[in-house]
Amino acid sequence: MLGEVLTGFVAAAFAAPLARRLPRLAGPILALVPLGILAALTWRYAGSAAPPRTSVAWLPGLGIDLAFRLDGLAYLFALLICGIGAVILVYAGAYFAGDRRRGRMLATLLAFMASMLGVVLADHLVALFVFWELTSVTSYLLIGFDHEQEKSRKAALQALLVTGGGGLALLAGVVLLAQAAGTWDISALAGQAQTIRASPLQLPIIVLVLAGCFTKSAQVPFHFWLPNAMAAPTPVSAYLHSATMVKAGVYLAARLNPSLGGAAAWEWALIGFGALTAVTAAAMSLRQHELKRLLAYSTVASLGVLIMLVGLAAPEGGADAVTAAKAVVLFLLAHALYKATLFLVAGSLTRATGLKDARLLVGLRRAMPLTFVAGVLAGLSMVGVPALLGYLGKESAIAAAWERHAAGPAMLALVLAAPPLVVVGLRVGVAPFLGSRRAVVADGAGTAHEVPTGMWVGPVALAVIGLVLGLAPMLLNRVVSETAAAVHGAPVAARLALWHGFNAVVLLDVAIVLGGVALWLWRSSIDRWTRRLARLAAFGPERGYALALEGTLAFGRVQTRLLQSGYLRRYLLVVFLFAIAVVGAALVAAHRPGAIGAALGEIVHVHAEDVLLVVMMVVAAVAVVHSRSRVAAVIALGAVGLAVSLVFVLYSAPDLALTQVLIETLTVILFVLAMRQLPFFVDLSSRRTRVRDLVVAVLGGGLMTTLVLLASHVQLGDEVASAYFAAEAVPQGHGRNVVNVILVDFRALDTLGEITVLALAAIGVIALVRGRTGLEARR
Amino acid sequence: MTVLLAVAIGALYACGIYLMLRRSLVKLLLGLVLISHAANLLIFTAGGLRRGAAPIVRAGEEALTRPHADPLPQALVLTAIVISFGVLAFALALFRRVHQSIGADDVDRMRSTDT
Repeated sequence: MLGEVLTGFVAAAFAAPLARRLPRLAGPILALVPLGILAALTWRYAGSAAPPRTSVAWLPGLGIDLAFRLDGLAYLFALLICGIGAVILVYAGAYFAGDRRRGRMLATLLAFMASMLGVVLADHLVALFVFWELTSVTSYLLIGFDHEQEKSRKAALQALLVTGGGGLALLAGVVLLAQAAGTWDISALAGQAQTIRASPLQLPIIVLVLAGCFTKSAQVPFHFWLPNAMAAPTPVSAYLHSATMVKAGVYLAARLNPSLGGAAAWEWALIGFGALTAVTAAAMSLRQHELKRLLAYSTVASLGVLIMLVGLAAPEGGADAVTAAKAVVLFLLAHALYKATLFLVAGSLTRATGLKDARLLVGLRRAMPLTFVAGVLAGLSMVGVPALLGYLGKESAIAAAWERHAAGPAMLALVLAAPPLVVVGLRVGVAPFLGSRRAVVADGAGTAHEVPTGMWVGPVALAVIGLVLGLAPMLLNRVVSETAAAVHGAPVAARLALWHGFNAVVLLDVAIVLGGVALWLWRSSIDRWTRRLARLAAFGPERGYALALEGTLAFGRVQTRLLQSGYLRRYLLVVFLFAIAVVGAALVAAHRPGAIGAALGEIVHVHAEDVLLVVMMVVAAVAVVHSRSRVAAVIALGAVGLAVSLVFVLYSAPDLALTQVLIETLTVILFVLAMRQLPFFVDLSSRRTRVRDLVVAVLGGGLMTTLVLLASHVQLGDEVASAYFAAEAVPQGHGRNVVNVILVDFRALDTLGEITVLALAAIGVIALVRGRTGLEARR
Repeated sequence: MTVLLAVAIGALYACGIYLMLRRSLVKLLLGLVLISHAANLLIFTAGGLRRGAAPIVRAGEEALTRPHADPLPQALVLTAIVISFGVLAFALALFRRVHQSIGADDVDRMRSTDT
């Protein structure tokens, strides 16, 4: 299955050139890619009784494979990703007609599609994580598609930081999970459920994994990024932020439900956060008027319902858990179909009229008949009218909550959250087309017309599929059974029917629709009530995000001001202090006072000329520091070098002595040449600074003295490398001066490198001395 | 001699560090030279000090006869001396150029990339 996943990435590479050559056909042609992938996956899925699995070694040393497995749950998601993906590519091709960014959009959508396929097919925890992060990255690129606008860039960064932060938690979670279960393979995790439950890591695993799921699926308190992500172009919102990517969190929770479920923390976190999200987002949707934001909040609410349903589908639960597992599948499928359609309808409405506000859109059924069909079918599906798939989704969700506990938190959340969603379905899918008034167009000129073929064919297709599946739900029996089994962790038999008979659930359903209609009719008074509540948003989690971001940036600025002062000597001061601290700590840790004592004991073996040399060296060095005349300082520097070369002479290093004398002479000449016209030194620093520097300098010097005393008794290499050179210089190098032989023979390549460095320095010097700066040339 | 050289190395380091912390670019370069000397002597001393035992194989012999000075630190120091001269020559040319352009020896006036 690696082939299927990679196909999407390869196709992405060809999307931009294709869009340049065949601008009008690029969308439909590229839509064949997801359809082809879907056909290949269907072939695999239908062709084998057991879920097919393929694996390619990726990092064998770490036990990381690119393993893929196609079970019911993966197939359902692949169906959504590829099917809706094809629709979106066709739609985006038409939506970006005449836009030179069309190729980029199609390429990024394909790359996202391939990443998302990777997430749902992956059977290795690390592979899953990698694809998971790839969806975050492509989502970032797609939200920030209009990168000239600050709003888009901010929304993209926010989505990336929130989901990326959750991704980090998820990484830690999956690593712990693999540790606890002893396997990286996701399909093998369920068999280790008992081991995981007994592990002390269980709670950290649950917290970390759910942090990943909740950020990705926009659960409260991380929900705020999703409405802001509506800054993306409409095809992106329809695909990533309603139908597929935001469901990755639901997918992962469902996927890991058989292995982590059964723990009270898991179950109650899912039910609690899901219920809270559903109610909060549904209530917030009441205050929205922009089409896409209405849909965004209702998506967050639906994601909350899905997360809650996964929590109800406990792996060892009874009949109510089986109902919940089936509800997860039906609600997910129904929601993806109607919500993607509604987003596309919203995009078409805005494209045709230039309007985004649901209150202004009215009476468009004659002007846009095909979009009207798609909108009404999807809108009523969202409302939950029988004969549409949305009804089955909602009915099964209510049934699951009802069977669990007729007055439980899940039931309460559904009853509270569902009516506002009915309102959203009506406002976006139905209301813009009804009414006798003629539709206004934003620029006031002309009337609204139906959108081009590419923009209505997809929504109509998705809406009709919703109708067909609503009328003949038995078509879904196999996929629902197998998917629900993967969620529940035990075999499930689904026998779906259009009508399950008259019962309490149907009554509740009717009540919810009536509640929605009532909310719609009394919308002005509700608007007044909720206005006060809206002020609370200032203290919401988005404020926390903003504070965290500002705080990080402020910390960065302070730190930069401290460390990156722009003053060379301050950098050097930090470097010296750090070196002193590290070397000092190492010396203290070594703790060998005896060695220093032994070294000091050798002071008796001192020759008169040694004392003379060292005194000369130190006096000259101090003179270099102290002198006000530059020439005097340079002469003192020469004296230091001369003393050093005399040390080499006395202590058996004739080559070093020769080189040092030559180099020292050249150094003095160069210094004098470079600064012959300069005035005397002046004190540029304050007295305080000089005292501080003196302290650092004396500390550093003292430390080095101690180091030499300690090191004088540790002679490394004498027995290994040096002995080899001493023995082999004549036989192998045919030279009697061992130092020379080392340089030109044993370490000849090093010397070649050294010569290269010198040549480069010489070229640099010539360029600097003879060349002119651009500034001078202009003068 | 090790003890005396240890003191000398410490003094060279101290003078070098102090000079490198100055604002004058010339002093910075002088400090760099002093620290180079100190580092060379450090390596040289760490290899062990021996008088009258240059690592040169006597005529008629096939290998060095003990005791002899360690040739390896000498080879390393030789490389270091030459490289630090290359660095210094380049730095001095750069200094001359900078001084022609901005007319100052003060590193603090070289913070901006525009002259």
